[in-house]
Amino acid sequence: MKFKGTAWKYGDDIDTDAIIPARYLNTSDPKELAKHCMEDADVNFVRKVNKGDIIVAGKNFGCGSSREHAPIAIKEAEISCVIADSFARIFYRNAFNTALPILESSEAAKEISDADELEIDTEQGIIENLTTGKTYSVRPIPKFMGELIAVGGLVNYVREKIKGQKGK
Amino acid sequence: MGMTITEKILAAHCGQDKVSPGDLIMAKIDIALGNDITAPIAIKEFKSIGAAKVFDKERVVLVPDHFTPNKDIQSAEQVCTLRNFSREQDITNYFEIGRMGVEHALLPEQGLVVPGDVIIGADSHTCTYGALGAFSTGVGSTDLGAAMATGETWFKVPESIKFIFTGKLNKWVTGKDLILYTIGKIGVDGALYKAMEFCGETIDNLSIEARMTMANMAIEAGGKNGIFKADDITLEYVNARAKRPYKVYESDPDAHYAQVYEFDCKDIEPQVAFPHLPSNCRSISDVGNVTIDQSVIGSCTNGRISDLREAAEVIKGRKVAKGVRLIVIPATQEIYKQAMKEGLLDIFIDAEAAVSTPTCGPCLGGHMGILAAGERAIATTNRNFVGRMGSPKSEVYLSNPAIAAASAVLGRIGSPDEL
Repeated sequence: MKFKGTAWKYGDDIDTDAIIPARYLNTSDPKELAKHCMEDADVNFVRKVNKGDIIVAGKNFGCGSSREHAPIAIKEAEISCVIADSFARIFYRNAFNTALPILESSEAAKEISDADELEIDTEQGIIENLTTGKTYSVRPIPKFMGELIAVGGLVNYVREKIKGQKGK
Repeated sequence: MGMTITEKILAAHCGQDKVSPGDLIMAKIDIALGNDITAPIAIKEFKSIGAAKVFDKERVVLVPDHFTPNKDIQSAEQVCTLRNFSREQDITNYFEIGRMGVEHALLPEQGLVVPGDVIIGADSHTCTYGALGAFSTGVGSTDLGAAMATGETWFKVPESIKFIFTGKLNKWVTGKDLILYTIGKIGVDGALYKAMEFCGETIDNLSIEARMTMANMAIEAGGKNGIFKADDITLEYVNARAKRPYKVYESDPDAHYAQVYEFDCKDIEPQVAFPHLPSNCRSISDVGNVTIDQSVIGSCTNGRISDLREAAEVIKGRKVAKGVRLIVIPATQEIYKQAMKEGLLDIFIDAEAAVSTPTCGPCLGGHMGILAAGERAIATTNRNFVGRMGSPKSEVYLSNPAIAAASAVLGRIGSPDEL
């Protein structure tokens, strides 16, 4: 997948309460959740982002609550990809399961500045900072996660599996 | 080379003799858990998979505990989703209001989780059951939905970190202080993707409830699971409740650990985590003058009977300071009843505290004690992130129940020794 968009930069330990505060979790409607995306980290987030923009964050992005509402809100806010130094593990799983592309890169997370223009190729594992001209190569997606993405996420993966069992 | 307790349990659940950190495995699960916030999405995904029946109606557990008793119409509708699905699937362990408790206090109490289990829950504090010698971890709703259909899920076998605690606990120091101290030392991503194994002579003498408090907060250090070996203390608790046979696992002496930490408990005072991270810990003697508006005693971390006893011991015969609200939330109906029997609820109410039916409520800023902008709370809960208990301009400090009770009386964060 290829994406092009503006980077919005955040620090370390952006927790899922900041990504989607619990006061909005009396619904799981993606459109409602997206209205409040990143609200407690950046109250202007929803107003300033455009389709395809990219979140760039520090260490441990998505820590805290297991709420899948977090990647759902980010995806529905039309963020194309999240780049971070590292991801908290439940968020990492949830992102793949909900087909939100995420990339880990310490260097890119550190060096990219707010409002830089980025171009990303997830298959090649390349992040290009169009503003500074610097290119980063990122860790490839683990094979198993790649298979999940290839079939369109966990739901499809399991659906295929169940079909296979019924066929036996 | 030997295996850790975490590796042994995972190996046994994927039909292999041995697994190593980094292995990707498909493991059978013993319990799949969801609540009123996470299960509605899981149920939607379950249906979208095309699954007709849950893998085992005894092993899917649904607990509407977060925004219950229903705080508004939308919350009521989310609980309806759980209730209807439970009816449709004939789920044995759906806990209606009145039988419900905070999930991670309820499941061990009801004997639904036992040593040697692999448990997943769409709630990050599912790691609590590691206190019983089980592998237990939080997942998202899609993972839960898929597991409800298949009875299995994939894991990357984690590396383990060993935490050895030695020495006697100082006065007022509890499991909460040991885990806050640990998170303070290693940071909120200090155990990212890893198993946190707790042991040592101090742990050998620690109550099962204090171990649950510790395992509960493994996620606050980024841990995949927290785990304790099941010993006589565990088995005394489990044998009185277990609904299934269980198997006890133990780490081999030559098991490999990514890191080993040793903590001498003589250095550990009661801890207070300052805003806005659980790792932002200070010893109670270094807190200074922090006034409070609210104190919350409850949650999956510290809403068990021993927690209420500790708080009641401190508050007995005293009054909550003027201008401060103390909210006490027994975590389950059984705990509520026991507290009533022991006269603890009288002690709280005489102190002018509000006592609530079980709910996660204020811990995640749901209801039953939301903070206004500029307000400050001390809480026995597990997270002090921005906006966690209400306004993004409010503050949460984390502590053990005795400190939270003393602080309610003092009107500022302090120790029972100051009363």
